[in-house]
Formats: sequence, structure tokens, C-alpha cells
Amino acid sequence: MNRLLPFIGFMLLVALFGFGIWWNTRHDPNAIPTPLLDKPAPAFSLPKLYEPAQTVSKADLLGQPYLLNVFASWCIECGVEHPVLEAAAPTLGVKLVGYNYKDAPADAKGWLAAHGNPYALLIADESGQTALDFGVYGAPESFLIDAKGVVRYKHIGPITPDVLATKLRPAIAAMLKEAP
Amino acid sequence: MTPELGQLALILALLLALAQGILPLIGAWRGNRALMAVARPAATGQAVFVAFAFGILVWAFLHFDFSVQYVADNSNLELPWYYRIAAVWGAHEGSLLLWILILNVWTVALAAFSQKLPEVFASRVLAVMGLIAVGFLAFIIFTSNPFGRLLPMPGDGADLNPVLQDPGMTFHPPVLYTGYVGFSVAFAFAIAGLLGGELEQAWVRWARPWTNVAWAFLTLGIVAGSWWAYAELGWGGWWFWDPVENASFMPWLVGLGLIHAQAITEKRGSLRAWTILLSIFAFSLSLLGTFLVRSGVLTSVHAFASDPRRGVFILAFLTIVVGGSLLLYALRAPRVAGGKAFQLLSRETVLLIGNLMFAVAAAMVLLGTLFPLVGDALNLGRISVGPPYFGFLFPLLMLPVVLLLPFGPFLRWGKGDSPMLKQVLLRAGIAAVACAIVAAFFVDGKLKAIAGVASLVWLTVGVLLYAIKRWREVPRGRRYPAEMAGMLLAHLGVGVFIAGVLLSESLSVTSDVRMAPGQTQHIGSYDFRFDGAHRTTGPNWKADQGVVTVTRDGKPVAVMHPQKRTYLRGQVQTESAVDAGIFRDLYVALGEPMDAGNIEGAWSLRLYTKPFVRWIWGGGILMMLGGFTCAADKRFRLKRTAAVREDLVLLETRA
Repeated sequence: MNRLLPFIGFMLLVALFGFGIWWNTRHDPNAIPTPLLDKPAPAFSLPKLYEPAQTVSKADLLGQPYLLNVFASWCIECGVEHPVLEAAAPTLGVKLVGYNYKDAPADAKGWLAAHGNPYALLIADESGQTALDFGVYGAPESFLIDAKGVVRYKHIGPITPDVLATKLRPAIAAMLKEAP
Repeated sequence: MTPELGQLALILALLLALAQGILPLIGAWRGNRALMAVARPAATGQAVFVAFAFGILVWAFLHFDFSVQYVADNSNLELPWYYRIAAVWGAHEGSLLLWILILNVWTVALAAFSQKLPEVFASRVLAVMGLIAVGFLAFIIFTSNPFGRLLPMPGDGADLNPVLQDPGMTFHPPVLYTGYVGFSVAFAFAIAGLLGGELEQAWVRWARPWTNVAWAFLTLGIVAGSWWAYAELGWGGWWFWDPVENASFMPWLVGLGLIHAQAITEKRGSLRAWTILLSIFAFSLSLLGTFLVRSGVLTSVHAFASDPRRGVFILAFLTIVVGGSLLLYALRAPRVAGGKAFQLLSRETVLLIGNLMFAVAAAMVLLGTLFPLVGDALNLGRISVGPPYFGFLFPLLMLPVVLLLPFGPFLRWGKGDSPMLKQVLLRAGIAAVACAIVAAFFVDGKLKAIAGVASLVWLTVGVLLYAIKRWREVPRGRRYPAEMAGMLLAHLGVGVFIAGVLLSESLSVTSDVRMAPGQTQHIGSYDFRFDGAHRTTGPNWKADQGVVTVTRDGKPVAVMHPQKRTYLRGQVQTESAVDAGIFRDLYVALGEPMDAGNIEGAWSLRLYTKPFVRWIWGGGILMMLGGFTCAADKRFRLKRTAAVREDLVLLETRA
């Protein structure tokens, strides 16, 4: 029986791959519900990436809406998303806040130097502790948070031009229209 | 017209591969020598046709035949000829063709050198190689044709991915594939053994140099890839745990286990089932890696959506090859089991622990690599776990390997003696601790660096002690047979590698700075002076090139020229400048100009000193040399002939 184990294990893997193919042809791989949606974002207090002595808390950011973009230098999909964010940042309509996730500050800075820095503000969560409160599964993820600190939209995975046009911009527009 | 000839050649190669894969198997089953004899000529013919197709693709690139879609996508009129050849394997279709070509080279070599093996066994081995080729040829013909036409023909093509326009990158894929594909030989041996229901020790001995050579090539490929990532990606890292790297690393780990398991099976006859399983895994992971990377299922979200046929084909092929092999293993493995028992304290035990660690590490890497896919399945979204996961688990798994490594050669097969081990433990241990204490003063007590020095001394002293023991106890001329010299080299390489990793990671100094021309930045014990930037051009790119002069205590060390290149089609590529040295690298990457309009002004720069970083690749090269040296051992050749002759006699008496 235990000689069959490698075979069974492999078949589970095949099932996973088969599922992956089926899933990708049927679903938008980036659509996913979040328990935080339309609930207040968790309170946090994190150091700035470039001035670690200063911390930024949730309260500091209240009053104007922002897009919180979770990224890391080690994350490949973040490199895919980065040019899109860079091009879109000036016309986004909300402040773009970079949330550097489980990253060595030096690596993050180097990565930003090489790829460009579209962020109006950068905070660093080196341990990933605060990300747990946000329910971050991994990088990249993006949270649209309104002036009252409520999560209005969440996107998991890279923001592609398609996602930007059909999901993110409409979500921002809807939010801005409701509370000018 | 010519590209169509290439396609025709591929179709003919597929037909020959079918003949090579099916007829000898029937022959071996039925005892029909005529059918078995098909294997060698079919393999040669297939290789000729594939080489012909490959030649035609090279020709199309050299002659700018942009009517071929693949050529138009990956080259242009300005691309130098050497990169046009490299462009042949610069994207999916062509690299698949290279894969098949290399598989054919291995098969032809196998056909030529296997004359002395029993006919039944050799024809089964060649048939398995043929079946693998069938899968790949069908894949390229039905889903990834490199000869597809583009109408109307464009006047000029796009460009080869600029990331690949680097001397290191031109030879990296062929070397890496030679390693990947080389594991198919051990795989074919295992399957042939399972089919025949027996696995002679003599055949394992015969397969060993093949595995060693494949593994050594894979090592070289990975080292080249790592060096290239370091020099080319512009931020000084040498390993990123990305899916492409992991795809080559998993078969490497399992191959490492396989090399050691084969040694046990050959010398003691035990662990046959495990050796077979590892042979299957090593090649399966090569397949899985090649396909995962090439199908883009992991790196790009939309790969399957764009061409679901490829994904389905890959999955079907993997299921047949790997699932079929594992099912065969489940049914037949009990019949090939056997061998001598061993005590708890023996060389077998130590090798087994190492094997287990390599296998678990490979599984850990596989899980981490597939995590985005698992994320999809569990409805968590496509996410990557990244270095925090790998960087924690991998060293943890390798720690027992490093601790046990010096003891391996001292232990005897079957049983070991403990006084000898205590002596090794004492000598290597005291040396390691002493050096660590001394080193602590030089590295400001950085734990990683101290651990690096300790591991280096621990492993080196272990290797030296064994070398001295052989020198004392064995008469001249037989002291260091190639197999043993290879082992010692490779083990020494492990020490050098670990020292390189730990020392460079803890002692590197990085600085991201804004520098105006003339400004100086002090890093480590070096002064970096920025002497401004200017425009420069290459054959198919324009670049902003910075000049950085490095001095130490006022004495000039190096003048470095980091570049930010813009290729013809607008792709931007950072070209870092590296001043290499045995004990330290100086590394400069050009960031962005502070004022986009004025390149003669201030720039953002990234400066590093990286002590001992070169030891990482040095260790890898030593491991590779070890693999090749082992494979060159005369024992694998001389005894092989004798043993196989015995087998033949046996076979004839049986018949």
C-alpha cells in the first residue's frame, strides 16, 4: 500500500493542476470577497520606509481617501503590477500609499530605485504583524480606504490595466461621488 | 519554403520517436531481436531530423527571415549575430526545440555507449528515451510550432528580451537543459529496471556516471544563472527563489540525493526502491519545472487563458509520464527490493539522513513554488510566499546535512566505529570553534558571519582529515581514485559555498545615494567617487553610462561604468558594473537621474561592497568539478565491461 503513496500524492498534484486550468479559464483569478469589505480598516502604527524614526498610524491618514498597496521587493507579481501603478498614480484621484511587506528596508529601497517610486507615502511592515490584522495573504494586494477609514474595495494579486479600468477606477469614482 | 522543411523534419522525427519508443518494448517483451534492434537506428535518425530542424531555425534567424513568426518576435535587423543565435532559445517554442535536441544528444550517446549492456535492458532504456521524445515532439508540433508563418512579412522584427542579451545568458539555457535532460537517463534506467522486474547492481554502476554528469551540468547551469541574475538584475542579489530558479533547484536537490542513493545501491545493493523512486522524481521535477516555467502558469496570470491547449497538453503529458512511472513503481518495486542490512551507526544511515533532507527540501521548495496555485484552489487568490518562507526553512533543513557531512566518508558501509568519529568530531569541532572565536573579532560579532567561518572550517577540516587518512593508510597511486577525489572536491565546495553565502549576506554594505558629479561616498573601506554620466551607444542600444572611480586609502582600485540601457524597442535594462575579487566585489548600479532632463547632473546610485560573494559561485564550481571528476572514475568503465560480460553469460545460460 505505501508503495502507492507517491502515485497518490502525484495524482493529488494533478488534480490541483487540473483545477488550476479549469479555474483560470472560468474565473477572474483576482476576484475574491474580503471580510473587511465595508468595515473599518484595522488600526495600525508603522514606521515610514525612508524615515524609520517616524511612524504613521491609521488616525494620521483619516480625512482623505487612499489606496494602500501591499508590495515587496521579493514578490514577482509586484514587478508586473508596478509599471501599471506608476502610470496610473497621477490620475488615480486618491493618494497612493505603499505598504512594504516582510521586506528588508535596503532591498525595498533598491527595488524602488530600480523600478521607480509612485508612492506618495511609504510605510514598512518588516515583521508582517500588522498585515495579519489586514488579512493580507501575500503580496501584492491593494486596499481602497475612504476618508473615514473604511475599506471600500480590495484587490488580491497584481493590478493589471484591465483591473484598473474595470474595477479599481469605478470603485474610486463611486467612492468619491458618494462623499465629495 | 525552408521553414516548412523544418516542420516536416519535426514530423518525421516524431514518427521515428514513435518507432523508437514502441517497437523495442514489444521486442523486449516478446524476445524479438529484430524489433529490439530498431532502437539504435531510430534514435540516430530522430536526432538527425531534429538537428536539421534546429539548424533551419538558426538559419532563419541568421538570415532575418521575418516571415517566421518566432523570428520576427525575437530578433531584429540590429541584433548582433551571436544574440540572434541565442535568440533561437530565447522564448518558448525555440527553447522547447533546444530541449528536444539535447534529449537527442543524450539518447545518441546512450545508444553508442550501451553496446555492452544486455540487449533486452538496453532496448528498454532506449525505448523509454524514445517515449519521452514522443511527448515533447507532439507538444512542439501540435501546440508550439516554432516555424509558424507571419503574413504579411514585416520589414523588421521586434526584439530579443533584453534581459537575455548578455554573454552569460547565451550559454546558460543549453547548459541547464543538458542537466535537466540528463536525468532522463537515470529515469530510463529505473523504468527499464521496473519493466524487467530486476535492477542489477552492475547496471546501477553503469548509470552512475550519467547521473553525475547530468547533475554537474545542472550545477553549472544554476551557477551561471545565479551569476547572471547578480550581474544583470541590478540589485546585487544572487538568488531570488522565483519559480524559474526553483524549477532548476528542485531536480538539483533530488539529483543530489540520487547521486548518493545510487552509490549505496551500487556498492551494497540496498535501497533499490528508493534509488528508483528518486530517479523518477529527479526527472519528473525536471519535466514539471520545464513545463511550469514554459507554460507561464506560475509567472503570468493569463497564460492558460491565452492558450489553454498548452496547459491541458502539459497536464496530460505529465500525468502519463509521472503517473505512469509511479504506478509502475507501485506495482513492480517490491520485486526489485533487496540488499544488505546495515546498523544504525553506518555510512548508509548518514547518507539516508542526507537523502531525506534533500527530498524534504525539494518538497518544501515545490510547495512554496506552487503556492500561488494552491491559493487559487483554496480561493485565497494568487499570492507568493517568497524568500521569508524559503529563507527560513531551507537553512533549517540543511543544518543536519552540514553537521553530518564530515563523518560520512569515515563511516564504513554496514557498520561504523565510534572512536574514529569522536576523533573527527573533536578535531574539526575544536578547529571550527577556535576559528569562529577569532573571526568574531573581525566581523563585529555578526552571528551569520561567525557561523559562515565555523561551517567553512568544520567542512574543510573534515575533508582534509579524510584526505590525510587516505594518504597515510593507502599505498601511492590508489590513494585518491577519481570517485573519491570528486567527492572530496564537492564536499569542499559545500563549505566554500556556505561561507560565501553567510559572509556576503552579513558583511555586505549597501548604500542608496544621490550623487552629484565629483561627490564621494565612503562605503566599507572604499571611497566611491561619481564622475558624472554621459551617453553611449552599442550595436542595438543606447545608454546613459556613469563613471565611478573607486579608491582605497587614496590608492586607485577600479573605474566602473554602470549603464542604464534602452534597447531598440524601448525596453530599459540596468547594466551594473562589477569589480570582482576573491575576497570582495565592488558593485555599482545606476538608478535614475535626479532631474530627468539633465543626465549630466546628479543621479541616484546604488553602491555595494560585497565581501566573499564570489565564494558562492566558487563553491558551486567546486561541486560541479566534483560531479565531473566522479563520473570520470575508471571503475565505472573497467568493471562495467567485466560485470556486463558476466551478465551476458548469465543471460545466455538462462536462454
